[in-house]
Amino acid sequence: MRGNQGTLRRHETMAHIDHGRMVGTSPARTDGAQKVRGLCRYVDDLEFDGLWHGATVRSPHACARIVAIDAAAALADPDVVVLTARDLPGPNVLRLIADDWPVLADGRVNHFAEPVALVAAPTRERARAAVGRVEVRYEVERGIHDLDQALASPRILASCRIERGDLEAGFAAATHVVEGVYDTAHQEHVYIEPQGMVARPTAQGELEVIGSLQCPYYVQKALALLFDEPVRVRQAPTGGGFGGKEEFPDAIAAHAALLARRVGRPVKIVYDRHEDMQATPKRHPSRVRHRTGVDAAGKLCAMEIEVILDGGAYTTLSGVVLSRAVLHAGGAYACPNVRIEGRALATNTVPSGAFRGFGAPQTQFAVERQMDRIARLIGTDPLTLRERNAYRLGDVTPTGQVLEESVSALECLAAAQARTDFKRRWHEIEDARASGEGHALHGIGLALSWHGAGFTGEGEQRMRSPVRLALVAPDCVEVRVAACDFGQGTTIVLSQIVADALGLPTEMVRVVDPDTSKVPDSGPTVASRTVMVVGGILERAGRRLVRELGQGGAPPASPAEFVELARAYLTQHGELEVEERFEPAPGQTFDETTYTGTAYSAYGWGVHVAEVRVDADTLATRVERATLVFDVGKAIHPVLCAGQVEGGSLQAFGFGHLEDLRLSEGRPLQDSLSTYVIPTAVDAPDFDTILIENPTRSGPQGAKGVGELPMDGGGPALVAAIENATGIVATRAPATPEVLLEDLLAGRTLGPEAVAGALQAGEPLEGLR
Amino acid sequence: MGAPDAVAVAGCTDLMVVDTATGRRHGAVVDLQRLPELAGVRDDGGWIDIGAAVSFSQLRREALVAEHAPILVQAAATIGGWQIQNRATIGGNIANASPVGDSLPVLLALGAELVLASSSGERRVSYADFHRGYRETVLEPGGLIVRVRVPHALPDQFQGFKKVGTREAQAISKVVVALSARRVEVGGQEHLADVRLGAGAVAAMPIRLRRTEALLEGAPVGADTATRAAREARAEVNPIDDARSTARYRAHVLGRVVRRLVGDISA
Ligand SMILES: Cc1cc2nc3c(=O)[nH]c(=O)nc-3n(C[C@H](O)[C@H](O)[C@H](O)COP(=O)(O)OP(=O)(O)OC[C@H]3O[C@@H](n4cnc5c(N)ncnc54)[C@H](O)[C@@H]3O)c2cc1C
Repeated sequence: MRGNQGTLRRHETMAHIDHGRMVGTSPARTDGAQKVRGLCRYVDDLEFDGLWHGATVRSPHACARIVAIDAAAALADPDVVVLTARDLPGPNVLRLIADDWPVLADGRVNHFAEPVALVAAPTRERARAAVGRVEVRYEVERGIHDLDQALASPRILASCRIERGDLEAGFAAATHVVEGVYDTAHQEHVYIEPQGMVARPTAQGELEVIGSLQCPYYVQKALALLFDEPVRVRQAPTGGGFGGKEEFPDAIAAHAALLARRVGRPVKIVYDRHEDMQATPKRHPSRVRHRTGVDAAGKLCAMEIEVILDGGAYTTLSGVVLSRAVLHAGGAYACPNVRIEGRALATNTVPSGAFRGFGAPQTQFAVERQMDRIARLIGTDPLTLRERNAYRLGDVTPTGQVLEESVSALECLAAAQARTDFKRRWHEIEDARASGEGHALHGIGLALSWHGAGFTGEGEQRMRSPVRLALVAPDCVEVRVAACDFGQGTTIVLSQIVADALGLPTEMVRVVDPDTSKVPDSGPTVASRTVMVVGGILERAGRRLVRELGQGGAPPASPAEFVELARAYLTQHGELEVEERFEPAPGQTFDETTYTGTAYSAYGWGVHVAEVRVDADTLATRVERATLVFDVGKAIHPVLCAGQVEGGSLQAFGFGHLEDLRLSEGRPLQDSLSTYVIPTAVDAPDFDTILIENPTRSGPQGAKGVGELPMDGGGPALVAAIENATGIVATRAPATPEVLLEDLLAGRTLGPEAVAGALQAGEPLEGLR
Repeated sequence: MGAPDAVAVAGCTDLMVVDTATGRRHGAVVDLQRLPELAGVRDDGGWIDIGAAVSFSQLRREALVAEHAPILVQAAATIGGWQIQNRATIGGNIANASPVGDSLPVLLALGAELVLASSSGERRVSYADFHRGYRETVLEPGGLIVRVRVPHALPDQFQGFKKVGTREAQAISKVVVALSARRVEVGGQEHLADVRLGAGAVAAMPIRLRRTEALLEGAPVGADTATRAAREARAEVNPIDDARSTARYRAHVLGRVVRRLVGDISA
């Protein structure tokens, strides 16, 4: 283990800060005080002269032809404006991967809550009232509402395939062949702030958009296509995203902009929770099929994996989500013979979209459950099986990438074992379970995961990601990037990285608010790339700035010296701005047609150990303790880093057992916070968080991305713990009490003898069978 | 409450949710929280008499309630989170008449009565007769719930409560059960008497499980009775699938919870 591995100290202070050493400390985030005092102004708090409000007419059907739209009743209010697909100034498309996502439905609707028309009025109430008066006649058609139906008549949105070694030979060499099918459901982001956007014509007649978003340049591109003019996009303080504000803001921005252009005033659209939950993207539901060959020594010798994602009605990001899903589908395990095939299928549901983890949590749920199944078959505990097969330095991934640095799977497993005594406790519970008469059933489960940071393959090379640093005053350097802080705290984190490159305290580094008229397109705020990729380029830009100041390579000896030099430079030359771009490490190439090469320049590694208590009467699971061991390369800001790890893990536990989103004819049954159940603070376990720092050459001071990794293993670790506690073998996330009951009734267990005694005691289940 | 479009509010924790969802607006809103008639908890000769505008936080703190109706305190502690408990009132919970209101099965089990008031005067009704159907009650339009009365606990009275929510806090019930029964000794063996079993989220309104009560009445305390009661309870209800749970789950868990509560009597 390199670097300073150890338990996180929560109460690090700024008491003693050595300048040039901001990284590794936890300064207060710049937006924190404002937020806790309620002073932060989100998009719905922004006021504009002459502001109107927009609202959306949505389809009540999942699949239908639009026969007629009659806005006469709405237009009886002389201030009301109604727009339909016919009124667009440009192509009716929100451009992402395929041009199939319309701005407004034209002629037909392909999912429930699809936007059909837009309304603007002087007040929100009048706009909403007018929505109810736009009459749309539909001819309802039979839709495809889930993966079962989609598999029966598949329409493929995207597909990809990875092949390595000789699968047949691998299975021929296997002592055991294990098969399994695993499902995951839709998941809703539940960012605290629903989607919202304001568009307005500026005094100069330009179009400006301000909103809750992650990717200002995505929005700009979408609007440029629609309006054929440059549009300025600014990020408002954003109350959470989790990927949900990656692609969807293109749509709501287009809607607000269309209305603003039409009425010649600022127009604001802010969804309420209900509308947000019905109409915005969710995590792709998945079905993953595994067939695995294992040799006598318990080593994987063949893995055949099929990944099916439910892409929803339009392609949006399904191609890239599928790619990441497939690239992570083999888990953090070496296997010489692998075939992974993936398809994203269309259904008549809200387009599935970006969500923390981007396909990898789905496929790693499957592979981790499959590893548990294999462990039982060969008679070992889950941790030992993982130790045998986890990637080591020099191992080769299914794409043929040789893992040359920063591989920490074994370190994470060892630390998890040391912290929890997993192996002994798992066996003890296995032995005690069948006889258990207790009211509450205890169990322990684990998952190992990996997550590639940054864009897949050569995505970063294509992006180029220019970043700029500007010396605007002797004691102030401005960071100009499009990376958005929507709660992760990247503002302070990026300023720490830059501060260290310049030898300054963070107070002398200012990250400007993302605004396409002020910052270069350093790429979207996605894919765990902000700290590693954008931060890495910024670090280089910092060194460049120091050189430009006439300082050679090393940062000035003190902030005072920096100020001296900066003052001299500014007097002589005026503002100094430097730009740097992404530079790939030599030899890192990826072939997208064959899926071979370097899929990601660095991987984070993590182990979740979940300790649960399952109520024998209600089958409700409580996660009591979670041990989280994560290799993040370098914890730039340990408190925020642990926040990502713990918060992400809690979200993953929600995915594992609480967050159920079922559809009826394409319509979500859970579309409010009282029915869609996410974990509360009271549902959070005690966390024991251990950050390992095994640096990568690809990130600033060795840092790897941490945003998504915690989402990968929480679900399977939790479900494994339920299995250990109860003997019920859940293959679906979320494993809600209702799902567990059905599993129990259907005999999806470790065997009649192996089911916990407490589940069978007293009141048998026969009445329900 | 004379105005035709006036509405009474107490904690507003239900009203705000409904009004936001439906866009409903009111001509006048009458705040009940400061009416002395609806305030406070007092002892009234064999009954504890609770003002309808008493919040769940206050109920949790009242010694009289803890002494005579411990399951009401337990239920109060499971409602929403503490922010909700600070505002939400017992009268609001009753008037809202949701099939999942958590204090309602408790009031059924405790044999509570209500004091209702309207322009035609005051009357007392047994709480068991209050609900008529899905969100339908005997309260006349414009009528108020003034007091909620719960009989003093008897020395041999057992009370049990269990809420099965969707999570640890801010959870709406999937099943909620409250039990009250006396333990009487007959021939050296403890038997059950005066059994009242209330259940929520298993029917269109909070209900008493009359068949299970009948089975328990006079039955010996013990595991066998608990198991038979579980089966009867499960057979007696006809719950639904909805956004929070399934009919099968509700029936199963109702049985398990009834068994647990009845079993607890002997513990
Ligand atoms: C986040 C959240 C969580 C919740 N969790 C729970 C929970 O766990 N369990 C649960 O049971 N409920 C829960 N509720 C619902 C609600 O808090 C309760 O039903 C509460 O008891 C309602 O009381 P109130 O005083 O706020 O009622 P209000 O909203 O003020 O009134 C509700 C209705 O009752 C009428 N009303 C109020 N008082 C009287 C009276 N004295 N006489 C006649 N009519 C009256 C009003 O006119 C209105 O129609 C929750 C609500 C929220 C918002």
